[in-house]
Amino acid sequence: MPQNLEHSGTSWKGQQLKHHRSVIDILDPRVRVAAAMLFSFAVVLSHNFAVLIFGLLLALLVAGLAKLNVKRTLRRVIAMDMFMIFLVIMLPFTTPGREMFSVFGFGASIEGLLHACKIALKANAVVLALLALVGTMGATTLGHAMAHLKVPEKLVHLLMFTVRYLDVIGQEYKRMRRAMQARAFVLRSNMHTWRSVGYLVGMLLVHSLERSERIMAAMKCRGYQGKLYLLDNMEILRHDYYFMVLSGVCLTILVGLNFY
Amino acid sequence: MNKTALLEVRGLSYRYPRRGVVLDAVDFSLHNGERVALTGANGAGKTTLFHLLMGLKKAKQGEILAFGETRSEESDFVEVRGKVGFLFQDPDDQLFCPTVIEDVAFGPLNLGKSRDEAMAIASKTLESLGMAGFEERVTHQLSGGEKRMITLASVLAMEPEVLLLDEPSNALDTRARERLLTTLQNLPQAMIIISHDDSFLEQLATRWVRLQDANIVDYQTSLSAIPA
Repeated sequence: MPQNLEHSGTSWKGQQLKHHRSVIDILDPRVRVAAAMLFSFAVVLSHNFAVLIFGLLLALLVAGLAKLNVKRTLRRVIAMDMFMIFLVIMLPFTTPGREMFSVFGFGASIEGLLHACKIALKANAVVLALLALVGTMGATTLGHAMAHLKVPEKLVHLLMFTVRYLDVIGQEYKRMRRAMQARAFVLRSNMHTWRSVGYLVGMLLVHSLERSERIMAAMKCRGYQGKLYLLDNMEILRHDYYFMVLSGVCLTILVGLNFY
Repeated sequence: MNKTALLEVRGLSYRYPRRGVVLDAVDFSLHNGERVALTGANGAGKTTLFHLLMGLKKAKQGEILAFGETRSEESDFVEVRGKVGFLFQDPDDQLFCPTVIEDVAFGPLNLGKSRDEAMAIASKTLESLGMAGFEERVTHQLSGGEKRMITLASVLAMEPEVLLLDEPSNALDTRARERLLTTLQNLPQAMIIISHDDSFLEQLATRWVRLQDANIVDYQTSLSAIPA
């Protein structure tokens, strides 16, 4: 599993996907994370259609630059849009305002529809930008970039350990699951199945807890005193400065349009 | 040979809430140049003894001396951990960094080495164990034998004076086991080895002790003399 987390260029089933190196890949991870974050704030806090559409176009442009696989990206964006559809359907009925039409006596308001559209635009723009800027780096790189950006150490550690141990815990799950199958266990909808699956999950938690204690002990034995040292050399190069200036200009336009 | 023991325990006792007493007033010492085989039944308390020596568990009674000084507080053990290398039973517990080089450099960094020094030490240690070229490998994708060698490297990178090995030959195939054996035979450190693999111990140990009925007893070295 961590391989999947290691790079978003791996599918859920674990096979390596083609990822063409792009201009985005050569940028410093810190710059990418910071840019994605600032962009998200600028878009989410805006309430102007022009800004949101411009934001979405920008995100599309970045996604194009990052050479994201169209099919894969579309699938991911649509997965999120599934949630959005409910919003678009529900909001007109729950927001008071001028009535467009009514269903079974419930009026749908224009304000509600507009509001829903805004939220959908924001979500798509942010997700696209994240996929393009952050999704193209490995989870470990992301962790290091976060650490360099002074994200609280505990959060970074949490991410790094998740990346490292998800696989181990997954293996443990599979081992126990196989052992169950070897004793002729079949999932049915009865008390025995529910109890057994409950035991499985419970045991997984116990194992994980015990393992985490052993890991902590192993780290202490090697002199760990609460601080992880980062070994990577992240360097801001000339093209990073270009990107910063460029995204600075775009963000200014984005924010500026709000007051226009 | 150095007169004072590297590690010494006097009257050490430990008991688990449910498992009961596992160590009862144990006396034991490790001297320079010794390679002690520590055997005993499953659950006899061998690993517990290691944990006590490293200060990972707190003794109920008794005294632990490391390098001539009494150690009782967490802060005392921080220094001990820099000088005693503990190889865990399950390599996955020990390898927690994404890449091999980061994992091996973890110890030296904690000991206050600079980044470059730590990297140099890590590369050198890997090379000395014949594991050069593994630096950028991802830890969880290694084979069992490779994981064992990398964990050994990550312990040796701290340049310990003593090694505590908890079932090092566990789950290794013949070749990986031979390789580990040769490596350990050539290390200068004093060590205590927990193992159920008698022929492995036979080729390594200079002294045999057995943890039995919550006590440590000496017994003779010949393979035929091993009590069942």
